[in-house]
Amino acid sequence: MMEFLSQGGYAFYVWSCYGLGIVLITVEITALRRRQRTIVAQLGRLKRMREAEVSHEG
Amino acid sequence: MFSTFLCILRRDITLAMRRRTDILTTLFFFVIVASLFPLGVGSEKEVLRFLGPGVVWVAALLASMLALERLFASDFADGTLEQMLLTPQPLSVLVLGKICAHWLLTGLPLVLIAPLIGLQYGLEGTQLLVMVMALLVGTPVLSLVGSIGAALTLGLRGGGILLSLLVLPLYIPVLVYGSGAVTVSAIDLADVQPFMALLGAFLILALAFSPLATAAALRISVE
Amino acid sequence: MKFHWLHFSSPATFYGLAGRMIPWFFALALVTGVVALYWGFFQTPDQLGGSNPQKEYYRIIFVHVGSAWMSMWLYLVLAAWSAFGLVFNTRLSYMMAVSVAPTGALFTALALFTGSFWGKPSWGTWWDWDPRLTSELILFFLYIGYIALHSAIDDARRADRASALIAIVGLVCVPIIFWSINCPDPNQCAALHQRSSMGSIDGNILFAMLALTFSFWMYAFATSFMRVRSIILEREAGTTWVNEQLELEAKR
Repeated sequence: MMEFLSQGGYAFYVWSCYGLGIVLITVEITALRRRQRTIVAQLGRLKRMREAEVSHEG
Repeated sequence: MFSTFLCILRRDITLAMRRRTDILTTLFFFVIVASLFPLGVGSEKEVLRFLGPGVVWVAALLASMLALERLFASDFADGTLEQMLLTPQPLSVLVLGKICAHWLLTGLPLVLIAPLIGLQYGLEGTQLLVMVMALLVGTPVLSLVGSIGAALTLGLRGGGILLSLLVLPLYIPVLVYGSGAVTVSAIDLADVQPFMALLGAFLILALAFSPLATAAALRISVE
Repeated sequence: MKFHWLHFSSPATFYGLAGRMIPWFFALALVTGVVALYWGFFQTPDQLGGSNPQKEYYRIIFVHVGSAWMSMWLYLVLAAWSAFGLVFNTRLSYMMAVSVAPTGALFTALALFTGSFWGKPSWGTWWDWDPRLTSELILFFLYIGYIALHSAIDDARRADRASALIAIVGLVCVPIIFWSINCPDPNQCAALHQRSSMGSIDGNILFAMLALTFSFWMYAFATSFMRVRSIILEREAGTTWVNEQLELEAKR
């Protein structure tokens, strides 16, 4: 196991490459999920506001 | 069609001649950038001679890019550009006229002053000649390619910095072969020919396609 | 019902379709990714032979080559959607182009970073103006230029069309740019030309490389579909179908 992790002494190079890949992918997915949630929440708020206005008038 | 071209050309040059400082600022920008390098890297003759071609070309690139911002800006501001879009003449010919005028006003002075900069960098006779030739063929390409970016960033906030981001990567081939020609000419003058041929090919390609692309970009930006 | 392929070019229908496809693409990406990594780390030799042996650090190759291929491929996809949008004037094509760009930029950054980390142990330097590395850097600039132009224009229609045009201009210039980087001296291009052939690569390594590339590709599908869904909602806010869609999602 240790032998695998050390990658023949090149652990730093190998794992930082794969590590960065995983970090970038995680960051992108998180950002995308947040963006979608934000826009859905925003649209929901707009809709509720409009409905409130309509019921107020009526 | 040619008369339209000439008409735009004459108009733009006349307009620019009324505000000569605009031309001079580009020119002095070029001179200043090129003069800063020896202060930064030291004034050893060998180093300067080695860096000279590249520095002159990078300075020319930056200067012509900065000048691009003004290519359509004033016409856009006073509404002339909208009128141009509405004329029955093909827009790309009008655009080509504007680019030619722009090059004559900003590119050509730069080519003419380049030998002086070359002397500062210790370049010799034939090298200076090759440099002027390469700039003569290369700087019109810069104006032509850059006009696409200028048209796309028309009227945007922070347009200038955005323009550089869009246009500078596209300038790379001209930079590589332009400064390559000057470097090679120090070793063997016969080797210069393929460089000039490539620069000439770029010029022809740019002449053929970039007015069309710029016209399309203007329609996108102005409509 | 008569089926027409342009049916899905409407943002409203594509929104649902993309939503259903995203989990599948993620699943495919995950499975092939795991297989590729297993194969790359356990089924490959510890060293590459030859006169100049590459030690274990060559395993960076899987993520490096995969991301580099994807960075170039995604630029092609981006330019293709842009051209499609300019020709047929379909809104969805622009949205697809815009949503591919950040993922492409991400893979370009990853390819640059891993290239640099490969360069250190094998060439002894973090950065070398190697033609391939430099080309990748220029590609990164092209992505950044595209994204910057799109985000600098407030009017969505102008932003879409302007950035589509710059993408196509970039695509036309890319071969010339890469060529000029590869061969700065036209007098000796033939001698400098470097070529690597697929056939000379060890089968296991090639398999892991291709599998990881495929995984990245599926990942790119998934993320660009996620992004395009957000863009569709942002653009189409207030329309009836969006309201209905939101109600459906709220119920779930």
